Amino acid sequence: MLANTLSLLHAVVTPVVTGDSGFVSPSIDEFYPEAVFFGGTPFSLNRIMLIRLLVLVLLLVLVLAWTRTFAKAYASKNFVPSRFQMMGEIAVGFVRKSIAHDQLGEKDGDRFLPLLTTIFFIVLGMNITGIIPTLNIAGSSLIGLPLVLALGAYVTFIYAGFRKHGFGFLKTALLPNGVPTVFLPLVFLIELLSTFILRPVTLALRLTMNMVAGHLLLVLCFAATQYFFFESSGIFKVMGVGTFTFGFVFTLFEILVAFLQAYVFTLLTTVYIQLALADDH
Amino acid sequence: MTGRIIEKMAAEANNPLLPATADLIWSSVVFAILLVVFWRMVLPSFKKNLDARTEAIEGRLAEAEKAQAAAAAQTANIEADQAAARKERAEILDAARAEAGVVAAEIQEQARLNAERLLEKAKKQIEADTQAAIITLRSEVGALAIDLASAVVKQNLKDDKSAATIVDGFLADLEKDSKN
Repeated sequence: MLANTLSLLHAVVTPVVTGDSGFVSPSIDEFYPEAVFFGGTPFSLNRIMLIRLLVLVLLLVLVLAWTRTFAKAYASKNFVPSRFQMMGEIAVGFVRKSIAHDQLGEKDGDRFLPLLTTIFFIVLGMNITGIIPTLNIAGSSLIGLPLVLALGAYVTFIYAGFRKHGFGFLKTALLPNGVPTVFLPLVFLIELLSTFILRPVTLALRLTMNMVAGHLLLVLCFAATQYFFFESSGIFKVMGVGTFTFGFVFTLFEILVAFLQAYVFTLLTTVYIQLALADDH
Repeated sequence: MTGRIIEKMAAEANNPLLPATADLIWSSVVFAILLVVFWRMVLPSFKKNLDARTEAIEGRLAEAEKAQAAAAAQTANIEADQAAARKERAEILDAARAEAGVVAAEIQEQARLNAERLLEKAKKQIEADTQAAIITLRSEVGALAIDLASAVVKQNLKDDKSAATIVDGFLADLEKDSKN
């Protein structure tokens, strides 16, 4: 899957200019807009960074408003939730019940809930900007953010393992019981690679590449539509309807992907923690 | 093949697999702020509220259960009271009926006895009267016979006319006597 994604990516890495027309297919440069503030410094803010900060502010406003309704409901002993409060409870409760409690049980689920909720809301919020008009690019389509989240997950599951088993965690993770001694070196290598190297990498790459591919697909569809409608002539104008329909359908699809990737990222983090906590596997 | 693609991409200026410093910095800022907010503010208040609600619901359920139990106990009490009342009423009615029967029998007996006594008394009175009448009759008939006989003897020698006068006089006397 990784190879597929990368080859798809590579196909668009180099801009393709079709012969005599003015159509330019989208390239990877889409993801490297010019800096708006602090250009040239490590704090350089380009469009994508600004979108991230916007999402941060919106998320803060939303979750703090939820917190206020929770606190107000608690203080007034009014246990019939308002609609807005219900929304917050459903959103937070989804991560808590359907992801954390299902995988880790109530006690450990609540222990690791801050990380899981944060990951879920960041990924969802950053993904959804990919289809918001005027923003039009996912905050998670640059590898930095997925990488930071994956690192958070990585550090957390290793912490969980060591906290529970001490150095026995390395033994259960790398040298599982019941493997014939002959295969132990091989299993050790495979487990080392898959658990401690590939897990964070795949977490970060899966999310990034989904968002990159989604964005390129949408740009391709709508750039083609623009081209067909306004720069081509005759029968080609009709093809614009087709590309526009594709773009529309893929926009809907991207909403699904945004939710799905948020769910998958959070769920996998939970599963990694669960495997680290498990006595044996 | 994957390796070759990665190499090729790495050779280009913008490598989507390698984060820029600014990318990492701003990502970390976003992550850190939201982690703290969720950890310290959102989740605690979410959980507190949820726990309080669960507690309240459980408390109210227990309360409702208690109230129901109390109501059931009260209903049972009322039913028991009603049953007792019904039983008492039946007993009173039975007792009254039995008593009424006894009284009626007593009254009948009394009436019968009274009637018998009256009858007895009447019979005795009749007998006594008869006896007295017989005695009186006996003595009076004797005296009458003697009176008649003596008067007949006294006037025997005179005429028939005078004899008739005697008899008539006697009868008048007799009538007078019976009137007195």
